[in-house]
Amino acid sequence: MDYFIQQMINGLTLGSIYGLIAIGYTMVYGIIGMINFAHGDVFMLSSFIALILLVLISSALGALGIGIALVLVLVIGMALTSLWSFVIERVAYRPLRGSFRLAPLISAIGMSIFLSNFVQVVQGPNNRSVPPLLQGYLTVQLGDGSFTIAYKQMLIFLVTAVLLAGFWFVVQKTSLGRSMRACEQDRKMASLLGIDVDRTISLTFVIGAALAAVAGVMYLVQYNVVNFADGFVPGVKAFTAAVLGGIGSLPGAVLGGILIGLIETIWSAYFSIDYKDVAAFSILAITLIFMPSGLLGRPDVEKV
Amino acid sequence: MSMQAEMPLLVVEHLTMRFGGLVAIDDLSFAAHRGEITALIGPNGAGKTTVFNCITGFYKPTVGRIALAHDATTTQTDLDRLTNSGDRWRKADGRGLYLLERMPDYEITAKAKVARTFQNIRLFTGMTVLENLIVAQHNALMRASGWTVLGLVGARRFKEAERAAVERATFWLDLIGLTLRADDPAGDLPYGDQRRLEIARAMCTGPRLLCLDEPAAGLNPKESLELNTLLRAIRDDHDTAILLIEHDMSVVMEISDHVVVLEHGAKISDGTPSHIKNDPAVIAAYLGVDEDEEEAAEAEIEGLQSGLDHGGAR
Amino acid sequence: MQSSAASASASRKLDIGPAPADSPGVGAAAMDAAKSALLVIGLATPIVLIETKQSGAGVALEWRFGLVAVLAAIAALARFIHLTVVGPRVRAMPASNMAGRFSPGTVTWIKRFALVFVLLYPFIALALAGKGGAIKWIDNFGIQLLIYVMLGWGLNIVVGLAGLLDLGYVAFYAVGAYSSALLAKTVGLSFWLCLPLAGIFAALWGILLGFPVLRLRGDYLAIVTLAFGEIIRLVLINWVDFTGGYAGISGIPRPTFFGLPFTAGDDGFAAFFGVSFTPLHRLIFLFYLILALALLTNYVTIKLRRLPIGRAWEALREDEIACRSLGIDTVMTKLTAFAMGAMFGGFAGAFFAARQGFISPESFIFMESAVILAIVVLGGMGSQLGVAIAAVVMIGGTELLRELDWLKDIFGPGFDPTKYRMLLFGLAMVVMMVWKPRGLISTREPSIALHERKAISGALVKEGHG
Repeated sequence: MDYFIQQMINGLTLGSIYGLIAIGYTMVYGIIGMINFAHGDVFMLSSFIALILLVLISSALGALGIGIALVLVLVIGMALTSLWSFVIERVAYRPLRGSFRLAPLISAIGMSIFLSNFVQVVQGPNNRSVPPLLQGYLTVQLGDGSFTIAYKQMLIFLVTAVLLAGFWFVVQKTSLGRSMRACEQDRKMASLLGIDVDRTISLTFVIGAALAAVAGVMYLVQYNVVNFADGFVPGVKAFTAAVLGGIGSLPGAVLGGILIGLIETIWSAYFSIDYKDVAAFSILAITLIFMPSGLLGRPDVEKV
Repeated sequence: MSMQAEMPLLVVEHLTMRFGGLVAIDDLSFAAHRGEITALIGPNGAGKTTVFNCITGFYKPTVGRIALAHDATTTQTDLDRLTNSGDRWRKADGRGLYLLERMPDYEITAKAKVARTFQNIRLFTGMTVLENLIVAQHNALMRASGWTVLGLVGARRFKEAERAAVERATFWLDLIGLTLRADDPAGDLPYGDQRRLEIARAMCTGPRLLCLDEPAAGLNPKESLELNTLLRAIRDDHDTAILLIEHDMSVVMEISDHVVVLEHGAKISDGTPSHIKNDPAVIAAYLGVDEDEEEAAEAEIEGLQSGLDHGGAR
Repeated sequence: MQSSAASASASRKLDIGPAPADSPGVGAAAMDAAKSALLVIGLATPIVLIETKQSGAGVALEWRFGLVAVLAAIAALARFIHLTVVGPRVRAMPASNMAGRFSPGTVTWIKRFALVFVLLYPFIALALAGKGGAIKWIDNFGIQLLIYVMLGWGLNIVVGLAGLLDLGYVAFYAVGAYSSALLAKTVGLSFWLCLPLAGIFAALWGILLGFPVLRLRGDYLAIVTLAFGEIIRLVLINWVDFTGGYAGISGIPRPTFFGLPFTAGDDGFAAFFGVSFTPLHRLIFLFYLILALALLTNYVTIKLRRLPIGRAWEALREDEIACRSLGIDTVMTKLTAFAMGAMFGGFAGAFFAARQGFISPESFIFMESAVILAIVVLGGMGSQLGVAIAAVVMIGGTELLRELDWLKDIFGPGFDPTKYRMLLFGLAMVVMMVWKPRGLISTREPSIALHERKAISGALVKEGHG
């Protein structure tokens, strides 16, 4: 039982990261109906930026405060990743808006190839690892067994929860959020009503990237290692999460992320580590075949 | 031969269609007869297109039977026997009998010979006018090409079938006056021509029943007249009955033999055009309470709407 | 690192949205250029500015102010030139269509010339590069390019004609390669039997995978095919007993010339024909083999387009609902497209296995699917000629980077142009899409005509939604 709970906690950690990335996929898909293939690589880039910032800031601050360093890394990392995402949207996607449906998808795949190879060229092909950031854990007694929650896991839960709450507030309560939801429903009508659609789409990319940057920092905190090729698999899994939760649905993305994280961890713990990715991809296929609108998505009615 | 009455071409019985809690069609029964043009009319949102989608298999009705009998000698007994057998259709001695609510959409066209057009024209815009008409003869050509195998080796049988298909296409092109534009992309045609091409394409499937969803929408008066001629020609020369949805009352009254009026998914009247014209229930449904003021308002709204349809629909 | 500057700057010059309608004055252009430079500095911080080096458990940092300055300068210069010189000229040019510039007759001549050139290619390469140099030109540029052309043509049936977006095409390539390799090694079948069997297996897999997914529409289909592609690759990695896992399968028997192996022995090709042995014989043979396979793919596709099944594919791409209303069984139609595309992928896979003599899951990653799809879309969906051109430009172009060793004389011996191969490939995909969203050849050739065959503008052709 305690083994199971332990796996649940590990799964939740992973799931939080997937959920944060998944929001970027689901928001962009919701607003312009495009699979932003480069989003996984934006996440990888943010993780690399976080690593550089972390080493830089912690060497400047000394042992003074890992806490201050993390906050700074988070804020600066979010800003820089958002800038990248903003420019990518302007350069690679905006000129293709309203054109041939496949064009933005190919452009996004091209961007994904560019980003991972760009990082490989400027930072080298090998892993970069840093010493564990937060050590220590909390042991919880439960009956005759016990399980542990590492401090870094607690940090990941806390940061994810706080940022999701903030993000939720933005989408539900601010005029930006209203514009985003309006564009999602009907872009033409929104622009007729005076909403700056281009700006709203830009901001969607920026917010998605900022959350991916949070995921990037959390990924670094959890695994202490980054590599230029680390964008694809988490990207596809986060996309799976978005689809599982119902693409276009924000709570769905978080729920899907957590489910994928849990399934992957539990599958590895009880069945086979080798086939954990097969499990994730199978879930993706099965969801799409039998439940194309996902858990929380709106069903897609065919118009004749 | 028993003394039972002849069975009409299409018999719709107790058709009900629910979307979640919404009842789009409520216990609708009507018939369409061979050699006739039957019009389905009613205010916006009355469920006309839903009826079409049920007949052509795009929706599966919640309740009801939709039977299509190719031959007039088919009897009620035949129909009951087929219904109880659980089969989707039966074809003995050339007398085809089909339960449309049990068949998938493409089979309804391929086997039961029901063709349709769409409210918002669905041509293959990137294919030529001729190609559109050839694609409509897909099933016959597929057989002739030996499911591609004979076609790949260039068998004569396929070449002949293709020639026949082109001939049939040219016949319809001549009839709708588009022969000179046969090699132009369908998407380049003006709106009225696209409407006629869609009808010709549906006719190329060789239907016994042709379902037209607002064929006169967006046409100017001259085109509307041409359409009337075309539809009459189809009825009289091709052994094809027509079921049409139409808002343009001039078209409906001019060409239909039989009119069915729907409101809120239920039938409120059924009869000849002159009967419908004088039915108080129909007048109430179309005009609301019979007051001069409201009538004027309605006319104004109608005028506005048709103006929008003409200008904004494309 | 200087060339990363050059390549990265190529992306930068597109920044800052569309150029203003009127040519800006030099001052305004300079301001704009300065903004571009600032933007590049922002983007380059810290990912380019600070280089990480693993040192023990930690990471050491190295600052590269010079590199960022060079990048910013290049970006500013490129933007300035774009605004003052290139932009006004581009705007002054009349809007013209690529295909519109050539008459159909010219296009036919281009095709004929290309065919003759390809048929003579190995001998041209031999004549120009000599026996030693020709190996590379026949193998890397000839055979490899033709594999991609064939894969592009195979996928074109699925994506270009039927309008079904398949992101896992490489799975069928893998099925073909593995089934032919296993049949050859374990059952001992000859290549000439393995080749058709590989095609059949791949087609069967196409049907098997296609059946549940083909009722999905739009991007969902793309994602499911991606998932299946990855699942097949992961199974190839993990099912070690059967597939050899990461190590793959080696020692796959080479194809023979109607029973004559390409060896130096007495029963070999060279001895039989009384010529001296050279490895070139096999290469030239492989070249013509893949050429024949590619041309077969092309021939069958062109034939199919003029048959009811091919017209149904294109109609499906235009409007699926209309197809159903005309009595076309769309599921069967999609399945045949899927199976047909898969079959040609399987043929290509069998050829690949026999050519390499070794296969491993490394060759069948998602990136390959993306590259093949990019070739189809960049070429212009449905256009056979466009796909061939796109394959030559994209694969040949990046392959050419291997030939740029002389750049080492300029940038120093540490400079390796091949490092930028995929980076430039990704960039080229973006640039080509922004430049020509409908691909190089966007017009559609009608499959039948009453009076006169006229090309159809790409603007009217739909791209499918499945």
